[in-house]
Amino acid sequence: MELLRSLQITLAEEVLSISGLILLLVAAWAGDKAARLISILSVAVLTVCALIAAPALCGSAMGPAVTAFAGQYHADAFAAFAKLLIYAGAGVTLIVAPAFFERVRGMRAEFPLLVLFAALGMGIMVSAGDLLALYIGLELNSLASYVLASMLRSDERSAESGLKYFVLGSLASGILLYGVSLTYGFTGTTSFEGIRLALSHGLSTGATFGVVFVLAGLAFKISAAPFHMWTPDVYEGAPTPVTTFFATAPKVAALTLLMRVSLEAFGTQVHAWQQIVIFAALLSIVIGALGAIGQNNIKRLMAYSSINNVGFMLIGLACANQPGAAAMLVYLAIYVAMSVAGFVAVLMLKDADGEPVEAISDMAGLSKTRPGLAAALAAVMFSLAGIPPLFGFWGKFVVFQAAVQANLLALAAIGIAASVIGAFYYLKVVKVLYFDEATDKVTGKSELAHTVLLVVATLFISPLGYLLTNWLHVLAGNAAAALFHVA
Amino acid sequence: MTGFPILSLMLLVPLVGAGLVLKANREQARLIALIATLIDFVLGVVLWMHFDVGGAQWQFQERAALFSGFEWKLGIDGIALLLIALTVFLMPICIGASWNSIEKRAGEYYAAFLLMETLMIGVFTAQDLFLFYIMFEAGLIPMYLIIGIWGGADRIYASYKFFLYTLLGSVLMLIAMFWMVNVAGTSDIPTLMAYNFPVHAQTWLWLAFFASFAVKMPMWPVHTWLPDAHVQAPTAGSVILAGVLLKMGGYGFIRFSLPMFPEASAQFAPLVWGLSMAAVVITSLIALVQQDIKKLIAYSSVAHMAIVTIGLFAFNTQGLEGSMLIMLSHGLVAGALFLGVGVIYDRLHTREITRYGGLAINMPYYALFMLLFTMASIGLPGTSGFVGEFLSLMGVYAESSWVALVCTTGIILGAAYMLYLYRRVIFGDQKNADAAAMLDLDKREWAMMVPLAAVVLWMGVYPESFLAPMRKDIAALEARVAPAKPKGDAQLKLGVAQPVGAAAHEEAAHGEAH
Repeated sequence: MELLRSLQITLAEEVLSISGLILLLVAAWAGDKAARLISILSVAVLTVCALIAAPALCGSAMGPAVTAFAGQYHADAFAAFAKLLIYAGAGVTLIVAPAFFERVRGMRAEFPLLVLFAALGMGIMVSAGDLLALYIGLELNSLASYVLASMLRSDERSAESGLKYFVLGSLASGILLYGVSLTYGFTGTTSFEGIRLALSHGLSTGATFGVVFVLAGLAFKISAAPFHMWTPDVYEGAPTPVTTFFATAPKVAALTLLMRVSLEAFGTQVHAWQQIVIFAALLSIVIGALGAIGQNNIKRLMAYSSINNVGFMLIGLACANQPGAAAMLVYLAIYVAMSVAGFVAVLMLKDADGEPVEAISDMAGLSKTRPGLAAALAAVMFSLAGIPPLFGFWGKFVVFQAAVQANLLALAAIGIAASVIGAFYYLKVVKVLYFDEATDKVTGKSELAHTVLLVVATLFISPLGYLLTNWLHVLAGNAAAALFHVA
Repeated sequence: MTGFPILSLMLLVPLVGAGLVLKANREQARLIALIATLIDFVLGVVLWMHFDVGGAQWQFQERAALFSGFEWKLGIDGIALLLIALTVFLMPICIGASWNSIEKRAGEYYAAFLLMETLMIGVFTAQDLFLFYIMFEAGLIPMYLIIGIWGGADRIYASYKFFLYTLLGSVLMLIAMFWMVNVAGTSDIPTLMAYNFPVHAQTWLWLAFFASFAVKMPMWPVHTWLPDAHVQAPTAGSVILAGVLLKMGGYGFIRFSLPMFPEASAQFAPLVWGLSMAAVVITSLIALVQQDIKKLIAYSSVAHMAIVTIGLFAFNTQGLEGSMLIMLSHGLVAGALFLGVGVIYDRLHTREITRYGGLAINMPYYALFMLLFTMASIGLPGTSGFVGEFLSLMGVYAESSWVALVCTTGIILGAAYMLYLYRRVIFGDQKNADAAAMLDLDKREWAMMVPLAAVVLWMGVYPESFLAPMRKDIAALEARVAPAKPKGDAQLKLGVAQPVGAAAHEEAAHGEAH
């Protein structure tokens, strides 16, 4: 009975793994010709999984009723919120990828499957209630991601990016595992609830080391400074659809995982990790902003921008309370939309032969040749900079409001002042798009799917997005409530 | 009050116009923009006619719970009404100023302007703290584009400076707003205006708001973005920048800093006075040596805004009313002067003072209008400039005679640099053949100059029309800040009664003397 109940609760993961395996057989049998079909089917599978996950979020599911496998897995509202974003990110990747890969004859049947398995891993990550379940999900996702980064085997940069990601990612996994073993050694359990109870009486030096190592390993996965070094190289080298994927789904998974570990497992020792998070947040904001200034490759710039944005999200985590967590989730949702819009726009920047244009200087005067595309990119830039009335402002708004409510005034003031540094390089892109003389480099035609996605994502980050704030507020509130239910 | 949502409509009209012009060609775009701004102007007139002077403090209120965390809440008092009137009055003139001079990317240009109009009206009507902030900050984007795309040679630098300077000023204000809303439990501006924040917290809140408004105002020494932005912006951009955008800083002081943090305002009044005195003298002297007409007027704007700030921080009715009138007058006069510069710039494509001369000979009507606006800028009685400056200086004299003394030199210096400018550009010999060949005002330019001149004279001769709507709001503000008012240096006392006979004798002597 218990097994049956658990299987019911983990339905989304089962659907993903079984259909992944079936599609794997299809791929083996039909070869690369079926790549497009498998992509379409994979999107359908992701949609089904999203439908399975959604009720938990709307009904603010929490507690033992949605816990499976003796506390190893939670299908609560928090996990559902993260999963919806993850499936959306993965779905977008699958939609934009075929056009990109088919041009260089790199569309392989494995691609959609790897994305599916990565999504499965991420689903386990965000639902994990145990350090071991966490690690299994994390590695499933990471292994798929390493292969995805080097998907274009003929491209040296892609191979380099995959190798870098693999070496540094393994190192981070090692650090994380070391932290996990220390935590286990000093608390005697790997379940989040057990760790929470064990730590509620105080924190021994050994357990402190465990917390620090676990956080360091996770900081690598979310590309927070000072563990951010891999991000620009991987983002630049990976094929753009894969970069879109990295900037959305795994980011959501790792950040929500970090939230669950910090707030659930280490939730009784907030003081032990709060200063680490504050340090990482401010450092990420500053390094993300300063590092981006000299970049001429738009993908590298977006990589630094993601470091910068992770910093802002960590401010929500530093609050260590329910409004802070809810704010962070709202920010994440908006950030996913901004990343999708940004990278889809980058995908649409092509020269006459269809070669991707990545140098910012080659986009000069885009507003004259492709006004719609330029406007969308400018909206993304202003939104990432957090300038109202674009919706990106709302993410910063809720996060900083939570910080002020949690009485972290100095953090909020320094963080928001540092956001002005970031505004500089976003403005630089807008300047190139709008003020400079046209170079007429970007003349390639765009796919319909790309255009539709770009329009939808841009509308979301436009001022119209504010009409969704009530709804986002409720959903993020449900999700955050589930996270704090244990306490 | 529930009724016709005229404020929302005023916000919507330019926004719809902005959407329409984006795809239109140049001729259509300017026509649509003109129509949209004129509709808004008519709505503004209707608004003023239906404004109940002496009635409820907040009128035309609307609210809709559209968002989480803040509300769509609009409403105006007399102060906001006047600034909205200024905005909708100047906008058609700005479109007129751009009629022929904007050739490239006209659709986007007019879209940016119409968007600006929406946001400016939004700033003055917002009754929710965060709605205000969004409108206040959002104005940066269209202004950045206006300066950067259609500006002069050094436009890129100017646009960056404008954007980053004002952004840095504003973000700290946002943190302060979070704190206030957290403590007071509401983001409703009228409620917050009556809320008593703890005095020690007021200090920090005041500084955070000051960081934003002082940059927007702009006050010395954070004014340096203004001359750059003005010189590089197209004519209409300068008009709107000087006419309305600078007023957002003053509006901020009058709506937020003074009523919300009266104690801190009193505490920091000497700081404001000091900066204002420095601004009046220093920027006036800088204006005196400018070679570029626009830069000269830009520096004069800084000096005028300094007189606004001393009036605001005089803590009495005269000072506050004077400040409001200077803001309105400066909006018209500086706008008109930039327009005048635009007229000759369109003909000769230079702003160098020395390239002109003797324009009174070939452009007599132009010379006439410029004389009127120059005099209004100096503050000649009978023009709009006089009333505000007089009231403002009188207000501050009650607080500190030294401040009044130093700031009054601004009037003298103002006369010096404006008359010197007028002498070099309009009078004298026709040194340059091309300048001497310029034609006088055409019909379009007449249509822009006449309304401005008429209102400048109206405000100078009968300021009561402009004082009446805001009198009650200024009185309420004065009552709010009065308890915190710093002790002035003029301690007026009733004279000690002298022996009856002597006093009567003296009085008689006085009576004769008068």
